[in-house]
Amino acid sequence: MANPPVISRSSKIESEYKWGFYTDIAVDIAPKGLNEEIVRLIWEKKGEPEFMLDWRLRAYRYWKSLNEDEPRWANITYPKIDYQDIHYYAAPASMRKRPESLDEVDPELVAAFNKLGIPIEEQKQLAGVAVDAVFDSVSVVTTYKETLEKAGVIFCSMSEAIQKYPDLVEQYLGTVVPYTDNFFAALNSAVFSDGSFCYVPPGVRCPIDLMTYFRINSADTGQFERTLIIADKGAYVSYLEGCTAPMRKSHQLHAAVVELVALDDAEIKYSTLQNWYPGDKEGRGGVYNFVTKRGKALGRNSKISWTQVETGSAITWKYPSVILQGDNSVGEFYSVALVNNYQQADTGTKMIHIGKNTRSTIVSKGISAGHANNTYRGLVKIMPSAQHARNFTRCDSLLIGDQCGAHTVPYIEVRNPTAKIEHEASTSKVSEDQLFYLMQRGISEEDAQHMIINGFCKSVFNELPFEFAAEASQLLKVSLEGTVG
Amino acid sequence: MAEMEGSKVDHREPLLTVRNLHVAAGEVEILKGLDLTVYPGEVHAIMGPNGSGKSTLSNVLAGKPDYEVTDGEVLFQGRDLLAMTPDERAREGLFLAFQYPVELPGVRTRQFLKSALDAIYQHRGRKPLSIREFDKLFKEKMQLVQMSPELMQRSVNEGFSGGEKKRNEMLQLALLDPKLAVMDETDSGLDIDALRIVAECVNRLRGPERAFVLVTHYQRLLNYITPDFVHILVDGRLVMSGGPELALEVESKGYDWVKQAAGVGS
Repeated sequence: MANPPVISRSSKIESEYKWGFYTDIAVDIAPKGLNEEIVRLIWEKKGEPEFMLDWRLRAYRYWKSLNEDEPRWANITYPKIDYQDIHYYAAPASMRKRPESLDEVDPELVAAFNKLGIPIEEQKQLAGVAVDAVFDSVSVVTTYKETLEKAGVIFCSMSEAIQKYPDLVEQYLGTVVPYTDNFFAALNSAVFSDGSFCYVPPGVRCPIDLMTYFRINSADTGQFERTLIIADKGAYVSYLEGCTAPMRKSHQLHAAVVELVALDDAEIKYSTLQNWYPGDKEGRGGVYNFVTKRGKALGRNSKISWTQVETGSAITWKYPSVILQGDNSVGEFYSVALVNNYQQADTGTKMIHIGKNTRSTIVSKGISAGHANNTYRGLVKIMPSAQHARNFTRCDSLLIGDQCGAHTVPYIEVRNPTAKIEHEASTSKVSEDQLFYLMQRGISEEDAQHMIINGFCKSVFNELPFEFAAEASQLLKVSLEGTVG
Repeated sequence: MAEMEGSKVDHREPLLTVRNLHVAAGEVEILKGLDLTVYPGEVHAIMGPNGSGKSTLSNVLAGKPDYEVTDGEVLFQGRDLLAMTPDERAREGLFLAFQYPVELPGVRTRQFLKSALDAIYQHRGRKPLSIREFDKLFKEKMQLVQMSPELMQRSVNEGFSGGEKKRNEMLQLALLDPKLAVMDETDSGLDIDALRIVAECVNRLRGPERAFVLVTHYQRLLNYITPDFVHILVDGRLVMSGGPELALEVESKGYDWVKQAAGVGS
């Protein structure tokens, strides 16, 4: 297939899982297990102010009170996770003291990101995208800092934000996803070690896309990032997130929390390409991805838009949601979730309408192949205060082969009679007639299937920034290799 | 069936040779020993009543999976056509204009045809066209088939009228430049204007290197395209062959006359 020219990252995408390498680097690692000592250790390592310790400990105690009672309502199965057999903190030893400039960053780390196609050296940076590179649990470097500073945009690692902008952090952290929200959010709140922070001041349109690239490297290490994005009145920001991990026989736990806050007339566009290691063909290894992502459209006329392409992870448990609190606020969720072999995905969204004239759109495209199971789970909730709220939902599932499953679980809860709710759903197989038509024009069966699937996902890909869309399309192709015939 | 001039033997290689072709769909035998030879540059019309096996012939030549060839052989440029996958056949230069072109949601015609042409060029050892070269060619062919550029903004065939779909088939035919174009009841469901446009396209695309097999129920397409040969398909076999005048005769006398004249039970 002819592809438009893309940034260098997609040249890395070939068959199999090419991101599966491991970088041999000295790490500072906490002993396995979780207790108050570990929480304190993380807090100390990060040099955080007092309020953070207090918050982390409360989160830890709440988590402990849940007595390892993970949420069990999702359509996924996995063996019990031993939370005492995980390292909760790992960081490249060279990052003990945060480097002042890229010259001080360990060349091995720079090389690791280069290998991933995320050049972080000044002269090779991705055009027009500021990158915060997170290796294991630590932010390595943030590019384009000057451009952003000029515009007044704060974009840095979460650790840096906690030290430099403690007021902003204290004001917003946990306001969208409180630590009591769920098991994994509590765990994350207690032990998160880094992540990205972004604040766009009033009236500023962020001049470039922001991106965080997450990389898990160490073995038996949980990765817990915390991302917080605040768009002040009339601000706009487009944020991208990518992630990969080495191939390992054991499972790795990833439990991130992302919080977005949009004030009056502000807009946040959040795009994810999730490509954690999915495990091998027999379902061995792979990342357990338990992620809580939520945005609060707090201000009038604010807008929060989630776009996700989920191709990785052995298990994906993720429901990027929007609380539509401000009048006339808008929430969007565009999702492509692809599972192959023995992957399991239970993903969807929640749109909670509180303000008047709030509108939400949900477009979910699920693709299942191999022995994999894919569930769309969504909630559209119209509160009594939400006069004239509207929702449009479209859920399409595509099946490849006869061993996979697609499930759709939409919840609709309407408590205001002026609401208008539309729900469309379909389940289909890649049609023989479509394949034959494309092949009759000279296109190979694999390319024909890819073209049909791309077409199926088009309305979601259209929401992605250009370079991400091309990469997403390639990811689908790689993930489905060998599934035809 | 080749054009013989006096005693001079034609040394050209046939493009397509169908010998004693038997085809079944499930338990039912549809083609029962069909023979056909097509040389480059020729236009063959195959006429037949409903259920005679017209679409089966088109589909089997293109390699549609739902059929089983139980006997006979098909050679395309001397090679075993039946051993090739549908995409190989297309790259070798066989094109099927579909009776019912499918819709491809989310797939743009331009992108789809660039991929198809790239595959064909690669197969023929040619360098793929640059985006600019392709766009020029694409525009040229759109004009040739009088395709509205507005339609190209949509997904392939999505929301197209019957006539627009058929014209899109002609666009693909013009662009992919096949050696043999099989047209499966291209005239069905077309009003007279659309029919004329399709026929005009075929006439413009005729040439010494390209052959056509026009499969049709009615003679009316042949008012606009003069074939070199007309064959009548009845009950899975070609029972009568002749020149363009045969089509008119069938039109006036009906298929029952053919069956009687050919001694086929009706």
